[in-house]
Amino acid sequence: MKVVVDMNKCQDHGQCAFAAPDVFSMDETGHLLYVSDPDDALRDEVEEAADVCPLQAIRIEA
Amino acid sequence: MTARIVVAGGSMGGLRAAEQLRAAGWTGAVTVVGDEPHMPYNRPPLSKEVLAGRAPFASLAFTPKAAAADVEWRLGTRVVSARLTERTVALDDGPPLSYDGLVVATGMHPRRLRCPGPLTGRHTVRTLTDAQGLRDELNRPDVRVVVVGAGFIGCEVAATAVGLGVREVTVVDPLPLPMVAPLGELLGRALLKRHQERGVRFALGTGVAGFEGEDRVTGVVLSDGTVLPADVVVESVGSAANVEWLEGNGLDLSDGVLTCGQLRVGGRPEVVAVGDVARFPNARYDGVPRRVEHWSIPTDTAKHAAKALVAHLTGTEAEFAPFAPLPTFWSDQHEFRLQSFGAPTLGLDDVRVLDGDEDGDVLVGYHTGGRLVGVVALGGQAAAMGAARYRAQLLKQPALTA
Ligand SMILES: Cc1cc2nc3c(=O)[nH]c(=O)nc-3n(C[C@H](O)[C@H](O)[C@H](O)COP(=O)(O)OP(=O)(O)OC[C@H]3O[C@@H](n4cnc5c(N)ncnc54)[C@H](O)[C@@H]3O)c2cc1C
Ligand code: SF4
Repeated sequence: MKVVVDMNKCQDHGQCAFAAPDVFSMDETGHLLYVSDPDDALRDEVEEAADVCPLQAIRIEA
Repeated sequence: MTARIVVAGGSMGGLRAAEQLRAAGWTGAVTVVGDEPHMPYNRPPLSKEVLAGRAPFASLAFTPKAAAADVEWRLGTRVVSARLTERTVALDDGPPLSYDGLVVATGMHPRRLRCPGPLTGRHTVRTLTDAQGLRDELNRPDVRVVVVGAGFIGCEVAATAVGLGVREVTVVDPLPLPMVAPLGELLGRALLKRHQERGVRFALGTGVAGFEGEDRVTGVVLSDGTVLPADVVVESVGSAANVEWLEGNGLDLSDGVLTCGQLRVGGRPEVVAVGDVARFPNARYDGVPRRVEHWSIPTDTAKHAAKALVAHLTGTEAEFAPFAPLPTFWSDQHEFRLQSFGAPTLGLDDVRVLDGDEDGDVLVGYHTGGRLVGVVALGGQAAAMGAARYRAQLLKQPALTA
């Protein structure tokens, strides 16, 4: 699975990190880090993360 | 004929409901009826980035999930009434629709001030069209802005207007502090100070008696007779639920539509409500039904309501745990953010600073019976991360019983 976060939109809300901690996390300064090619088994989590992102910055590409 | 679920309301709640019906295994037809001409779009930026011109209007559109690609969208169409016993809804264009399941997702509309005066120059901020109109006016040279109502939307609009460099911005509210009803005095004071330091003026403890001007507004008359000159007025005095279309069905519509703990309406398993319009008991707290106007709620309610509805319609009725979301809210004003987890309003009598202090980044805890029920951070990114650390604790708390 391919995950893309539009970094122009992302405002480091961190909601994605609650929904899919295996894929999204926040570094010590509160900025987003993420895995761009997570395992397909994590799809539900990643969809949840895309839903809860207030800026709707997360896209799942195939 | 194939079975059909009708979703009334075509915004975030309606979209999430349609998607979650598919996720819950519904293979019948789904028809979303929405009176706005647009596909669902994200509202929070309407008082923030988009009003400020930092993001284009086009960036607001939600991207519907692939699973919901075959949903039928009847946009620009209003549901005018419903007959729940006959399972039909009447539309303002075309014949009535019959349904097997109905999702109520009609949301809210802004309250207006009823006092006398001209309407032109007075704005509300709920829809894309509203924000476009307000943005055009804020960009006229040298405008004086009066914002009526110091709630979340009023404070955001005031901050955005200052950022756009308008001549002056004054916020009017009968309460003594901004956002004091949802957040309490401690954060109300801190917010007042931050706004004032950034150039927002306040007229607090006073209401609005009327508007001056002939064809368009030129001033706002306060209850004590003072007149604030105004070229643009923003009315952010709360909102009311869009439930008129449900009248005549014996439902409790006193504040939104009342649901049970499974988000079902009027004891009818084939009717559920989602989003801002739903007044639901939260099993996490005291079980008192409340509406919650937070962005997280359309998604949370849609997940639960879709499962309950599909289980009923497909005869796979199972025992569901009652709905118990952790409310989440944020607000961006000037360069700082408010981040809330839990239910601060249930703990307004026992407010404690958990970290930091009022002048800088601050993390505030709200308690009832000595127990933490909500946290709100005010400040920069570090403060919001501090609140996030309490989120797990709030999630683990056993339910508050009435
Ligand atoms: C300016 C603004 C800023 C916000 N900022 C934040 C924020 O920072 N943080 C946060 O947590 N929340 C924020 N919110 C709240 C959040 O946007 C709402 O909770 C969310 O939009 C609710 O979605 P909904 O689908 O339930 O209702 P709505 O968005 O109100 O959607 C209801 C839809 O139904 C349509 N409709 C109504 N009646 C009918 C009818 N009879 N027939 C057909 N269609 C009908 C309406 O036109 C509308 O399109 C903000 C809201 C606004 C307006
Ligand atoms: S939830 Fe959205 S805005 Fe927040 S960190 Fe994740 S991608 Fe960025």
